[in-house]
Order: sequence, then structure tokens, then C-alpha cells
Amino acid sequence: AARIAATPSPYSTDAAPNTLEEITSYNNFYEFGWNKGDPKANAGRLTIDPWSVEIGGLVERPGSYPLDDVLRAAPAEERIYRFRCVEAWSMVIPWIGFPLSALLDRAGVQPGAKYVAFQTLYRPAEMNNQTALSGIDWPYVEGLRIDEAMHPLTILASGLYGDPLPRQNGAPLRLVVPWKYGFKSIKSIVKITLTEAPPPTTWQRLQPQEYGFYANVNPQVDHPRWSQATERRIGGGLFAFANRQPTQMFNGYGEEVAALYAGMDLRKFY
Amino acid sequence: MRKVPVGAVYLAGLAPLGWIVWLVVSGGIGVDPVKEIEHRLGKIALWFLFGGLAITPLRRFLRIDLLRYRRAVGLVAFFYVGLHVLVWLVLDMGMLWAQALGDLVRRPYLILGVAALLLLLPLALTSNTASIRRLGRNWRRLHLLVYPAVALAVVHYLWQMKVVQPQGWLWLAGFGVLMALRAVPRRR
Repeated sequence: AARIAATPSPYSTDAAPNTLEEITSYNNFYEFGWNKGDPKANAGRLTIDPWSVEIGGLVERPGSYPLDDVLRAAPAEERIYRFRCVEAWSMVIPWIGFPLSALLDRAGVQPGAKYVAFQTLYRPAEMNNQTALSGIDWPYVEGLRIDEAMHPLTILASGLYGDPLPRQNGAPLRLVVPWKYGFKSIKSIVKITLTEAPPPTTWQRLQPQEYGFYANVNPQVDHPRWSQATERRIGGGLFAFANRQPTQMFNGYGEEVAALYAGMDLRKFY
Repeated sequence: MRKVPVGAVYLAGLAPLGWIVWLVVSGGIGVDPVKEIEHRLGKIALWFLFGGLAITPLRRFLRIDLLRYRRAVGLVAFFYVGLHVLVWLVLDMGMLWAQALGDLVRRPYLILGVAALLLLLPLALTSNTASIRRLGRNWRRLHLLVYPAVALAVVHYLWQMKVVQPQGWLWLAGFGVLMALRAVPRRR
């Protein structure tokens, strides 16, 4: 496929990105299996063309938007973001994407909309772990508060390192919310719904005492089963211990997003 | 079967470690070697612990007598438990002792893992002929600790998963079977 023309963004970090190999062979995409290497091994059969996104709920122009139409919502930018997984590892990833707000504006958000719900493709014939045995209630769903969704840091990504997004990373279209744990950044999106009530999210449904709706990166609020104070940057090889580094509040994006949570008890709203 | 020297079990016990070393050297270990090594070592330890627990039922129900290899299997298991913990402390936690210790006391699955290690330690230390002689019948009693130790290890394994996978339930079921076989009454 053709390389994507994208302009650099002032929101990019100047930290060195992880290699394409690292980013594409170490994935949590449980639709394709439990292990980090499973998505790379199993996602190849996923059909991503044709693709369309159904936008509905409290919007002026609901409907099924073909992918190329979605991608025309705004010019593509390169956003080099820190990515922090709830499992306490991290990467730096050069996404190609555009602000989610541009797409939502095109659909026309109604004043009553307070949340945005997202849904991943459900296609068990091509997604081998979408079975009842997996213990997960498919399809994978996620959600954001409307102000989080409209924030300029929040993007829909369709590319990586200048090329179209590999399937194991959530092709053809995924969310990236860099100040939240990675599981919020839902992959292979087929449906976006504007709602008044907070939408259910897959991890909150699975383990509500461990995964909250917000899931903001926060070194002071530990996961009940492990500390979030530090993280291992993937790519250090065997000596990754040298790469264990302190986790930053809001994954280092506090200057941009802390105001969204002013006055909120982040221990309660984890 | 009886002709296989016990030393061969120790040697075979090193094979999984050799495989890990090969994966590291050849680059096949993946982009997160530390977690991969840590998890593999833990899983290998479980295999050997289960192997040790399988020896009695194998003898009783299938008449396969591997009793003379049990000490070796147990010691190899303990070797991998030790390596597993060492890799966690040094490579994973990066010897951030305060965080490691803090995690240890706050996180049940880590406590269970360390408890399993502590229960296995006296068993490993007394896995020699001199100790068997010295402890007499207490040796048998002491080594009953292997049951709670393996139970803790299995729960530790399941509990660290973000969501328990089918594989985890299989391990739990396997442990249940090994225990249940011991409860089968003997015919007189």
C-alpha cells in the first residue's frame, strides 16, 4: 500500500520511537489470542477492505460511513505518542491519524451527547478467539466522556510509521488516547455511538474493581494486583531492568488533560 | 525404565533452560525477553511440580514406578522456582527493592508465589539421604508441604492473569485430579 502523507504534530514526543518490529509483534488484541505474539500470527486473515464505520446515537447525520470517507474528516498527522499499558509496560509509537473531534464534528454532535461509545468488529470467522470459551463478552467495547473524545490529543489512527496500520495493531482504524491505559484505545472500530449515559466498557464489565471507566495513567493509584508506579519500556532486550522508569501522571500529558479531571477524586474514578 | 540413571533426569531437567538460553541467543525470545523468560521459568517449574505429584498415582494406578526419580524431579522444580523468582527480582523489578517489597506485601498473587517458594525451600533442603535418615518419619510429614505449595503456585499462576484463560483452568483441573487420585480409597 502507498505510504501515507502526514504532517508532523506539535503534540509528538521527542522520545525515540520503538521499532516497527517491536510495535507489531507485541500486542494485546485478545480477539486473536491471549499471548502477545498471537495477534501477529493470527490477524492476517482479517478482511479490512471494504470497511465502514457506523456512526449513530445523538448525532445530526447518523449513518454508515465508508472508511475513505472517515479518513477524509481531517488531514493525516504523525503523532508520536507514549503508550502505557495497564500491565506496566510502555512503548513510544509513531501513529498516523487525525483528531477524533473532526469526525464527530462531521457527524454533528447533538447537545445532549455526554459520552462516546466505541465497538470493535465482531467476526468470529476471522477473529479466532471471539468464542464463548474466552470468557469475554464480545464484541469489545470502550467509551470516553465527550470532552475526552473531543480533546485534541485523542486521535483515530489508521497508520503506523508512515504506512497503513498493520492488522495486529487495530487496522484499519483504531482509537488512541495517550493519557489512558492502552486498553481504552480500542482497535478495528466499526461503530461509534454518541450517548447520554456512560457506555459499558469491556474491562470494566470483566473486573469492575480493577478497571474503571476512566483508566487514566496514574502512578499513585495501583492496580489491585500490581504497582503502577513504574513501567518497563519495551525494547531494552534482556537488560530491560535498566529501562524501568517512573510512570508519569496522565502518562506525561497532564499539562494538556489534567483540567478535564479538576476536582475529581482519581482514586474513586480510576 | 529402571536402567535410566537418576543423573539423566537432572540433565533432562536442564533442557528447558537450555531452550530458553537458545531463544535468547537466537533472538527468538521476542521483544520483551524479561517477561517471556520469567513466565517460561514459572511454567516450567509448574510442569516439574506436577510431574513430582504424578509419580505416586502413576505407580498406584498404572504400575509405572518412577519413585527413584522423584527427588530429582522435585529438585529440578525447585531450581526453576528459584530462577523464576530471581528473574523477577533482578531483570523485571530491576532490583528496585522497595517497590518489589511493597508489591510483595500488597499483592496477593505475589504473596502466594513467595509462600509457595518458602514452603518448598525446606523440602529442597531436606531432599538428601542424610536428612531422610535424620528426620525419620518427620521427613514424610514435612514433605506433605508439597501439596499446599503446589496449590499456592497454581493459584499464583491463575491470579496474575488479567482474565483467567482456559489454559489456567486446565492447570487448576489438573491439580484437582492429582489430589483427587490420592483420595481414592485403597482396596483391602
